[in-house]
Amino acid sequence: MTFNVFLQNLSNGISLGFLFALIAIGYSMVYGILNLINFAHGDIFMMATFFAYYAITFFSLPWGLAYFAAIFLTILLGVSVDRFAYRPLRNSPRISCLCSAIGMSFLLENFAIVVFGGRPKAFFRPEIFTKMHTIFGVRIHSVSIITPVIAILALLVLTYIIHHTKVGLAMRAISRDFDTANLMGININKTISFTFAIGSGLAAIGAILWALRYPQIYPYMGIFPGWRAFAAAIMGGIGSIRGATLGGFLVGVLSIMIVVFLPALAGYKDAFIFIGVIIVLLFKPKGLFGEE
Amino acid sequence: MKKKNLYFLLNISIIMLIIIFIIIANKKFDSYVIRILNLCAIYIILGVSLNLINGFTGQFSLGHAGFMAIGAYVSALLYMSPELKEENFFITPLIWPLSVIQIPFVFSLIIAGLVSAGVGFLVGVPCLRLKGDYLAIVTFGFSEIIRVIFNNLQNVTNGPIGLKGLPIYTNLWWSFGIAILTVLVVKNLINSSYGRALKSIRENETAAEAMGVNLFFHKSLAFAIGAFFAGLGGALLGSFIMTVDPNTFSFLLTFQLIVIVIVGGLGSITGTIISAIIITVLMEILRSVEAPMNIFGLHVPGIPGMRMLVFAILLMTVVLFFKKGLMGKKEWSWDGLLKKYFPDNER
Amino acid sequence: MSVLKTDNITMQFGGLTAVSNFIIEVKEGELVGLIGPNGAGKTTIFNMLTGTYKPNKGKIYFYDKEINGKGIDRITSLGIARTFQNIRLFSDLSVLDNVKVGAHVHIKSSVWKTIARWPSYLYEEENIHERAISLLKVVHLENLKNDLAGSLPYGEQRRLEIARALATSPKLLLLDEPAAGMNPQESKDLMEFIIEIQNRFKLTIILIEHDMKVVMGICKRIIVLDYGITIAEGNPIQIQNNPEVIKAYLGVEATYA
Repeated sequence: MTFNVFLQNLSNGISLGFLFALIAIGYSMVYGILNLINFAHGDIFMMATFFAYYAITFFSLPWGLAYFAAIFLTILLGVSVDRFAYRPLRNSPRISCLCSAIGMSFLLENFAIVVFGGRPKAFFRPEIFTKMHTIFGVRIHSVSIITPVIAILALLVLTYIIHHTKVGLAMRAISRDFDTANLMGININKTISFTFAIGSGLAAIGAILWALRYPQIYPYMGIFPGWRAFAAAIMGGIGSIRGATLGGFLVGVLSIMIVVFLPALAGYKDAFIFIGVIIVLLFKPKGLFGEE
Repeated sequence: MKKKNLYFLLNISIIMLIIIFIIIANKKFDSYVIRILNLCAIYIILGVSLNLINGFTGQFSLGHAGFMAIGAYVSALLYMSPELKEENFFITPLIWPLSVIQIPFVFSLIIAGLVSAGVGFLVGVPCLRLKGDYLAIVTFGFSEIIRVIFNNLQNVTNGPIGLKGLPIYTNLWWSFGIAILTVLVVKNLINSSYGRALKSIRENETAAEAMGVNLFFHKSLAFAIGAFFAGLGGALLGSFIMTVDPNTFSFLLTFQLIVIVIVGGLGSITGTIISAIIITVLMEILRSVEAPMNIFGLHVPGIPGMRMLVFAILLMTVVLFFKKGLMGKKEWSWDGLLKKYFPDNER
Repeated sequence: MSVLKTDNITMQFGGLTAVSNFIIEVKEGELVGLIGPNGAGKTTIFNMLTGTYKPNKGKIYFYDKEINGKGIDRITSLGIARTFQNIRLFSDLSVLDNVKVGAHVHIKSSVWKTIARWPSYLYEEENIHERAISLLKVVHLENLKNDLAGSLPYGEQRRLEIARALATSPKLLLLDEPAAGMNPQESKDLMEFIIEIQNRFKLTIILIEHDMKVVMGICKRIIVLDYGITIAEGNPIQIQNNPEVIKAYLGVEATYA
């Protein structure tokens, strides 16, 4: 394979990695603060694409506005899921929360099937997102360029929020020690809602970028990126934002590279992801990069 | 007469009643009802076996579909005739000696169960130190890995196409028979010293170990027996729908079982039985909602996805509002019934 | 032969040494008290003896058999049982079942025989039942045998824990703060109770306690721990007058009081 093709695949992998990172952060943050694996996160990601789709086709909003509307609605959705499905179970055994999360996931998926229909829909792509550019002789899709840019911006904003705002401090405090944070007067529920809001917002951004790249949307589309991003969060060290990001890269690049270099094993892609998760959970539960 | 003998007689009577019921059903009921009865029995097998691991031992496993898949494939590959195999494996031929083996259904079932039990044991081993969410993820991971492997091994499982045109061996005798066996075995296990040991693991692992309960042995026991019956259930299901393919045994199926077990009550065999029957029937009723119907001459288009949506709502409702499910950890027992209607002296 | 002998066992967690060169020798039938301020390492020692922790250094001998590093359940089957500082009952199991779990460690029937309800299993189960009932009678809980363990009041939960530990047929019983949360009358009853079960079941007992009346009242020998090190050992009179002990508990000024 030529170097060019290699670079092309690598850039694909990196861009994909950013997408996984954006979604993985949502899993990580919610786990860090609630010790709950939000199974429904991938489906919230899916709903974001449908919000954008209907904003454009049904409400005829210009795409920029539609994307913002979608992000806003997704944040609302994420916060509502916590409010109605997870918050009532704060003091219940862990299994209840787990079942609630799984149930929520199925609920969203089948809600989408019933309301939106199971057939894939074509996501409208504004022209500027469909061009191919040639940089240093490598052909790169414009989405592959925009994704890292937007993702990095989002991560910078996130880092600022975490480390330089009161809410961010509250989130870190709760992650460290739930009971003490509570006793110190931190509003637990508000902070948790905020965490879901950020996670869902990032997922929505990732969703739109994803749909621009793979413009077929359908109710089960959240499963594949959801589990990849989840694996990324676990391997990077669940509860850690840095871990989620690095994990996202790992999974993104590996995904592409396995298909390219070991095409015979391509069918086993999903299995490798889970093997990776299992190995990490068994031997290095804090993740490959340790805890933040 | 002594209580123990009374209970024994009562149990035998129930089994006789079931036998008579099956004879009548086979003669009189129409095939649609028989189909539902078969499905109920299969889901009882699957639900009770899942409850052993998740409810009684407290190991929240999401890997049941994987054990079912193994049971289904192993049994099918053993009872299919060489001709049927050749028909199915038209892309890549099935490997030897599977291509020439054919054994009676009953033996294929036993081997399927044993292989599933073995895999169940292997899955249980790494899960020993995991709790809660992580355990769920790892067991789910195993189930998915199994599915992916089956999806890719063209020369063993026929890949994504799967095995079709399977002979229907599953009938009321097999499904009810194995259901009764499953309930008996799990019940006898739970109501014994080993059963108390399993429950103690669920209640407080540290204390259980301190009281001498070997965690490795007992958790493996739960996984192995649970997987054994899951394998039987999967085999029965495969022969019933005449198809075994990787997508039948997906997380969706595990999810349905989780709903059955939670609705019935994690930790109650009676609850699981009742819940399995109710939900199987409910599934069938909802299936008609998904297909288009004609009501008073109006063509009402079907609503696909409605079934699973109702399921998800059902699960959410139970988890949020009826946390203990139908029965919680309680069981119907002759003891309980007698106490209620003939209150007399304690033992 | 001594029931228990340790040879300079040490427990370190990262940089912190919780217990340092702990030596103890307990003979059959003794009732030894283990006291010290909070954080002195007493429960850590129990955890080493029961196999929860493996000592970083040193060895533990139970009837001259080395047991350090053996599995917790294995050590229980050899004859060491314990109760917990914060009660760990099987809340959703009945009082009777809680006790029966303790008996499981010595079961002889295999799983197959159990499921098939073999006569030998049924016989064993009957024995387990009889024994459990009699243990409940000893702790005066037999009337509550079908109640859920989690529904019991605190004092009764403590007694149930002891009954459960006794069900494992121990030779050495480790009691971790059994009098915690008890009023003076209950503590007095507990003292009598411990002596009674010691005689009845021929037990050797090591007792961690903060309630000095209990310790001084029933322990013939007391070991005092502070910051992981044994600072005194002797009978109650000796311990009460030991300046190191007074200093450890009450601070330096108290020695001059």
